[in-house]
Amino acid sequence: MEIKELLKELTEAPGISGYEMDAGQIAMKHLKQYSDEVEIDKLGSVIALKRGDQTGEKRHSIMLAAHLDEIGLMVTKIEDGGFLRITSVGGIDVTILPGQAVTVLGKEAIKGVIGAKPPHLQEPGESGRIIQMEDLYIDTGRKKEELEDIVNVGTLVRIESEFTELSNGCVSSMAMDDRAGVAVLVETLRRLKERKHDWDVYAIATSQEEVSGLGARTTAFRLQPDIAIAIDVTFGDGPGISERKAYPLGKGPAIGLGPNFHPKITQRFRDLAGEYEIPHQIEADPYPGGTDAYSLQVSRAGIPTGLISIPLRNMHSTVETLKLDDIKRCAELLSIFIARLDSKFQEELKCL
Amino acid sequence: MLIEKLSNAFGVSGNEKEIRQIIKDEVTPLVDEVTTDSMGNLFALKKGGDNSLKVMLSAHIDEVGLFIDQVENNGFVRFKKIGGIDDRVLLSKKVYIGENKTPGVIGLKPVHLGGGRGVVVSDDMFIDIGASAKDDKLAKVGDTAVFATKFVQSGDILRGKAFDDRAGCAVLIELLKNTYPFTIVGVFTVQEELGLRGATIAAYNVNPGYAFTLEGTTAGDTPMKRDVSPSTNMGAGPAITVMDRSFISDRRLVKLLEDTAKRENIPYQFKRTITGGTDSGAIHLSRGGVPSVTVSVPVRYIHSPVGLMNINDLNNTISLVSKALQRIPKIKDMS
Repeated sequence: MEIKELLKELTEAPGISGYEMDAGQIAMKHLKQYSDEVEIDKLGSVIALKRGDQTGEKRHSIMLAAHLDEIGLMVTKIEDGGFLRITSVGGIDVTILPGQAVTVLGKEAIKGVIGAKPPHLQEPGESGRIIQMEDLYIDTGRKKEELEDIVNVGTLVRIESEFTELSNGCVSSMAMDDRAGVAVLVETLRRLKERKHDWDVYAIATSQEEVSGLGARTTAFRLQPDIAIAIDVTFGDGPGISERKAYPLGKGPAIGLGPNFHPKITQRFRDLAGEYEIPHQIEADPYPGGTDAYSLQVSRAGIPTGLISIPLRNMHSTVETLKLDDIKRCAELLSIFIARLDSKFQEELKCL
Repeated sequence: MLIEKLSNAFGVSGNEKEIRQIIKDEVTPLVDEVTTDSMGNLFALKKGGDNSLKVMLSAHIDEVGLFIDQVENNGFVRFKKIGGIDDRVLLSKKVYIGENKTPGVIGLKPVHLGGGRGVVVSDDMFIDIGASAKDDKLAKVGDTAVFATKFVQSGDILRGKAFDDRAGCAVLIELLKNTYPFTIVGVFTVQEELGLRGATIAAYNVNPGYAFTLEGTTAGDTPMKRDVSPSTNMGAGPAITVMDRSFISDRRLVKLLEDTAKRENIPYQFKRTITGGTDSGAIHLSRGGVPSVTVSVPVRYIHSPVGLMNINDLNNTISLVSKALQRIPKIKDMS
């Protein structure tokens, strides 16, 4: 399957933090094709295992973690007129919400909109003020009595956004953060079919990264990998974004550099990208956090951890935009990295 | 479904080609003559019994949208708004640009990098089409862009873009299926959102005895900070305008509509705000003056990427105007 179709299928399935089931089924379906075992664990993470060729008594493994969950909304109250009050699950920017089409994931899925008062009915000065979450509401056009059988406090709401192909190999959708990473998992395993590798590979679509990093934390504890690599998205370039903080689309995956990452893993990625002429960028960040790498690094007695990120414009919006080439390059770099893992490299990781 | 086709069609003010062609195909089999004028208004003439009386029914085919006024060297597209759009509904929305319908997204600064802390004005926004350089085939200055919103129906509730005024267009097309005891001219007007421009020349051209403007108007029965009388209520029937920013309805036509609604048991309401203008504002001033009225389907969230409408309101508006038109000849007897 083409990366584009894979990504479309992955992003179209809802998977709001804590409720990743639908997206998890899609991830499982694709991971299954290229792995020996796959399961969904009790906390919602999808774990695929592809065994390596190693024959020794102690098996070595690498864990790849890309988070499955996405940000969304949750119903907090059904108003008398049938309007639904909402709160956010994960870091939502309220300024993207007015005028958005949404699907309320009740007992049946109901179409709605986040109402935006037309200019005709606004008071002077109103358009200069942000509409805060507590003033926003979802309108399904249905009465309270009709809704009460289908929706309750706690019902999740997915912001609708059709997967859209832009020009120049770019695509845009909701939940690219981090289904792009999940696509990298699938594509990396696919490439490993063609490439001999000794180590076992756990490709994990982790739950609840956007809220607590739960999935990465618990799966790393259970599987105790020798190395862990988080695959996430980072800030793409665009008008109004400082070049110091942005990683241009199409210039390859960004390799994490900083205290959160084992310097020898970072260096190995750089060396291999150079050797195989894979376009790449360096994302230097002194502060740990924001990805699954945060909890992976300090799992049990510590796991040497790395991070590779796909540059993404408009993060945490309905129009998260990336370039497909960056996903392919990311998977290529990871598959080479995995194929070259050996005991010598593991020895090197023992000290900084 | 007719309203689905009309809602999904492209037609930002000044660039109504696609929607006009769709409507032309719909009405051609229904009427005696179809013509257009220099601005792009579409006229559908249907003869009836008394050829000395001509009634004009109008609905505007244009919709609010964006106008491309700059394409940067790095491929990002800048725009101005066409029609009254609140800047706050634009971020993170998808659009289609120009004749090739190039998909684009209105981008933003992520909340992690300081976005979301104030209202971004549309002059500072950009559309990302994925391009890394200027390419006229994808987007060029002068192109218009529409919201990439697809129509969906869920029970009685319709969700889509441009119900202002594709709702009126749907009503008008349905009305043209009937015959009336006089000549009727259905006018699908252009550039209403830019100041009733199309209707101004159309009314002069038609020179009608009476005029009905069919609209999709603001429904204000949504949560408000202050307790204000809603403009109209969705689901409560067609809204008759007594007065708005652009005109005062002819009192006999208002009475005709109200009497008809009562006689026929059709739910109706009066529009309770005087904001907004409609084509009647231009039509009633045409030549020596034209008695005019506006009847609207209530629509929540007009001038935004996605609105809601109740299908019963649409059908009741068709019935009400249709029945009222049959009684037009009696208007002479009214004081």
